[in-house]
Parts: sequence; C-alpha cells; structure tokens
Amino acid sequence: MQLESMYQEIILDHYKHPHRRGLREPYDAEVHHVNPACGDEVTLRVRIEGGRVADVSYDGMGCSISQASTSVLTDLVVDQPLEQALAVQEAFLSLMQSRGQAEPDDDLLEDAVAFVGVSQYPARIKCALLGWMAFKDATAQAASRPVTSEGVTA
Amino acid sequence: MTELAQLLTGPPTFDVEALRKDFPLLQRTVRGGRPLVYLDSGATAQKPLAVLDAERDFYELHNAAVHRGAHQLAEEADELYEGARAKVAAFIGAATDEIVFTKNATEGINLVAYSMSNAATSGPEAARFVVGPGDEVVVSEMEHHSNLVPWQQLCQRTGATLKWFRVDDDGRLDTSDVDSVITERAKVVALVHQSNVVGTVNPLDVIAARAHDVGAVVVIDGAQSVPHMPVDVGALGVDFLAFSGHKMCGPSGVGVLWGRRELLAAMPPFLTGGSMIEIVEMSGTTFMPPPARFEAGVPNTAQAIGLGAAVDYLSGVGMQAIAEHEQALTSYALSRVGALSGVRIIGPVTAEARGATVSFVVDGLHPHDVGQVLDDLGIAVRTGHHCAWPLARRFNIPGTTRATFYLYNTHAEIDTLAEGIDAVQRFFS
Repeated sequence: MQLESMYQEIILDHYKHPHRRGLREPYDAEVHHVNPACGDEVTLRVRIEGGRVADVSYDGMGCSISQASTSVLTDLVVDQPLEQALAVQEAFLSLMQSRGQAEPDDDLLEDAVAFVGVSQYPARIKCALLGWMAFKDATAQAASRPVTSEGVTA
Repeated sequence: MTELAQLLTGPPTFDVEALRKDFPLLQRTVRGGRPLVYLDSGATAQKPLAVLDAERDFYELHNAAVHRGAHQLAEEADELYEGARAKVAAFIGAATDEIVFTKNATEGINLVAYSMSNAATSGPEAARFVVGPGDEVVVSEMEHHSNLVPWQQLCQRTGATLKWFRVDDDGRLDTSDVDSVITERAKVVALVHQSNVVGTVNPLDVIAARAHDVGAVVVIDGAQSVPHMPVDVGALGVDFLAFSGHKMCGPSGVGVLWGRRELLAAMPPFLTGGSMIEIVEMSGTTFMPPPARFEAGVPNTAQAIGLGAAVDYLSGVGMQAIAEHEQALTSYALSRVGALSGVRIIGPVTAEARGATVSFVVDGLHPHDVGQVLDDLGIAVRTGHHCAWPLARRFNIPGTTRATFYLYNTHAEIDTLAEGIDAVQRFFS
C-alpha cells in the first residue's frame, strides 16, 4: 500500500494526540487561514518574546494531514529564535514542493520529514502547508507591530 | 452481487457491462493496477467513444468558424453546430431558438444575473428584469456556489436583498415558509433542481407556482438533474434552466442555458462582441435576437457538437432507463453504506425524490482522509464541501465524502465502496 508513505506513524500519532492544541493568551498576532478547495480552517496565534517564539497555539478543523502538520510545526518552532523558526518554515515549504524528490535535512526538520510522502500527492500539499503558512503570516504580523517599552510587541 | 442487491435491483433495464465498453477510460487501472471504480460523475462524467469521435470528426473534416464564412467548410460547420442545438432542444423538450450555448451551467446562471443588472440601462422591453433596492432575490441554503455567488453579486451591484429557503435535517428543502420567503418583492427565484451534495430533488412546482404568483422569474440549476432524469421544460413550469455538458457525457467547455422565448427576447446581452450584433456603428450597436444575442465570439463549436453526440447517446440508452438504473443504485447504496457502523448519510436516507448522489460522514474521520484511502483502493469519490459551503455549515460538518452514480456504474462497485469504507475505518483505528 502506497498509502503508508503518506500516513506515516508519526503523522497519525500527531493527528490522534496533537501537541499544543487550543488557543492561548498572551499572543502578539492571530490569523485565520482557510483552504478554499476543501474548507479546512485554522486559527493560529503566535507569541514572540525577546526574539524567540514563546508560544504557538491553534484551533481549527481539517484532515489528519493539516492537523498533524500544525502539531509538528509547534514542536519545531516553539522556544526557537524567530530566525531559526522561519528557516524551518522555509525548509518545510521546499520539502512540500519537492514532489517526493527532496532529501530533507533531518536535523532541521526532525518529525516534519515524515511529510515527504504527502508531497507526492499534489491535492494534499496545501493541507500540509495550512498551519505553516498561517505561522508565517502570523509572525510577519507580529513583527510589524510596534514594540512596547517592555520589549514586547503590543 | 449480494442477495440484498438482487432484491433491490429487479430486472436490468439495459446491459451495463456492455455499455461500459463504450467508455475507454473506464477500462484503465489506477494506483498500482487496481480497477477504476469511478464514483465521481457528479463532478464530471466520463465520455463515450461516440462523443470523442464527434469532436475528432469535426476537427478532421469540417473545422471552420461558424456563422461567418460562405465557403463549404463554414456551411458544414454551421450545420453541425446548429444541428447540435436542435438535438439539445429536443432532449429537454424546448424550441431550438431557446437554447443558448454557454461555457457551462455557471456561465448560464451568470448570464441571467448580469443581464438583470444590465437591464437597468437597457430599453423598456427589459423593464421586468430590472432589480434594485427593495427587490428580493431568493435562493436556498443547498445551492452550489454557482447558483449562490452570482445572486449575491447581483444584490451587491443593485442594492437588492438576498433571501433563502432553509434545509431541514433530512436535507430536504423547507418549503413550509414559501409565502414569506417568496414575497411580492421577489424578482427572481434561483433554485437547484437536484442537490449536488445531498441528492435531494426539489419540488419545483410548488416554488414556481408561488414565484409566478408574485411575478418573479424562476432560474433552475439543472447541472445534476438534466444528465440523470428525463427533463421536459414544458412540464417543469420554470423560466430558465442551466446545465453543463461535461456532467452528461459531453465535452468540457460547453453548457446550455434554456430560457422561455419571450424572456430571452426581452433580455439585454451579457457578453458582447462578434456574432451577436445586428448593426454596428461607431455611435452604437443593435443586437441579434436570441440565441445569437447571447453567444458572442466564435463559440465552442466542437464541444457543442460533442454535446449533441452525448444527448444522442443518452437518448439511445433512454433517460427513463438511466433514471431507473440510478434509482436502483441509490437504494442499494443507501442501504449498504447506511448500514455501516460509524457511518452517517447526509441527506435523504430513502430513495424517493432524490438522485444518485450519496454523501456520508465517517465518525472521527475527515472526508479528505476517507477519500484518500478509498483512492488507494481505486475508488474515485469526491470529498469536501462540494462547492456548497453553506450547506456543510448547515450540518455543522467540514464536508462529506460523496459517491455519485451514473449509467455506467454497477451494484458491484457499491459493494466495493462499502468494503472500502470498512477498510478506511480499519486503517485509522
């Protein structure tokens, strides 16, 4: 069954037991992204403190791929310097556009390498990217906010 | 075939296995050699050889721009194109000059909506189509986006108000409040004939009677009905009917708008340009009568001719026989899929007043994941909101998995689907 290349154990684990799910305070930006082709939705918040990603919280509905990839995202970017988090985001985007041909950087992408199988199914690439594109959007919005005297974006 | 299938089938009205040989694509395999089980004809139907041959024959022997040349090829092309119009007219019991070729059902509906907003700046003959503040446009909660968004946009352009019929828990149109939904202010009532998500066939007579009482025109989205049941516009009692060629074994890129002759004659054009003009001067232009008025530019000629071949093919099998075959498949699918534990049918659970569109949800699983595993087994279904997002919201679900059946589908394929759903549940358990 070719299907196992898409639904790897890691992905199914994250789907059944998502990490950091739910919307939390405080946050610097909140975005709502949808996949119009299938109606999947995610609301995602980011909290940036001192140039690091302090928290990513999210809620939404979608398929196993979109839900698992958002869960994996939070593992990889929370507690990382923002610059590093964005590098991971870029690497994941490249992986998903590789049509299964990429040799992903295990050190950088960790569990996210499991999604290489998904990249072979063009209709599902947008599912895997839903939370990741929301994260990129949210960090950009957080960065464009004025910095308060405490050094925290308002 | 199971015993239940035999019980529900009765004698076959045509030989499905023989008919399948007319469809080259149905012979192919998918996903590592599995036989294709194509249950997505609601999205687009497969094409018989007769349709492919008609298109190819046009390009090989008769290709010319219609309605322009005086040479022999142009005459032949005209004859084939207008011949296709006559075939389509006969197929739905219409007059030939009431058939407008469009790109698809979506364009047909947009044509009416844009003509209505153009009416405000047209002559007095178009007065009955003028829509403005205080007027109402009526749709339903089960519309495909193609019969919802054009009307939302018409309201936005003109200041009219959009109203809609609700859908009940069984996926039936709630007509209990017909008199308050369709009021004296209604200018147009736009409704789907057969839902592309839940399969419901709507009671057009009840709606049309009320709409005509208050002077509203009735626009019907027939994309899911015309391919699947005998449709006679004389009996429907509506004013416009739009449908797509590609869902009825015809080519993509061609659709049909039927309209009552006197209404089409009073309607201003939507798209303008070549072919639709009478006299053009620098200061202004007069337009041809319908249907030419609504067919600007060189049309989708080969596609229209292919659609003519498709209606010949469907008529050859017999639309009543096709409808009965689909009814049998639907009853069987509702009983087989409906009996699976953890599976819920969205829409009417009995086959009466519904078509061969069976939507369902599997407990704990997203439709995308269900569809993906079915695809791995060679079963092509559609997943998601099916371009009817408000209806998914109405049922508080992200979407459904949808199986749709056509003349070439078999009871054995429904068995494969039911077994496939069971495999899906095991895969994710």
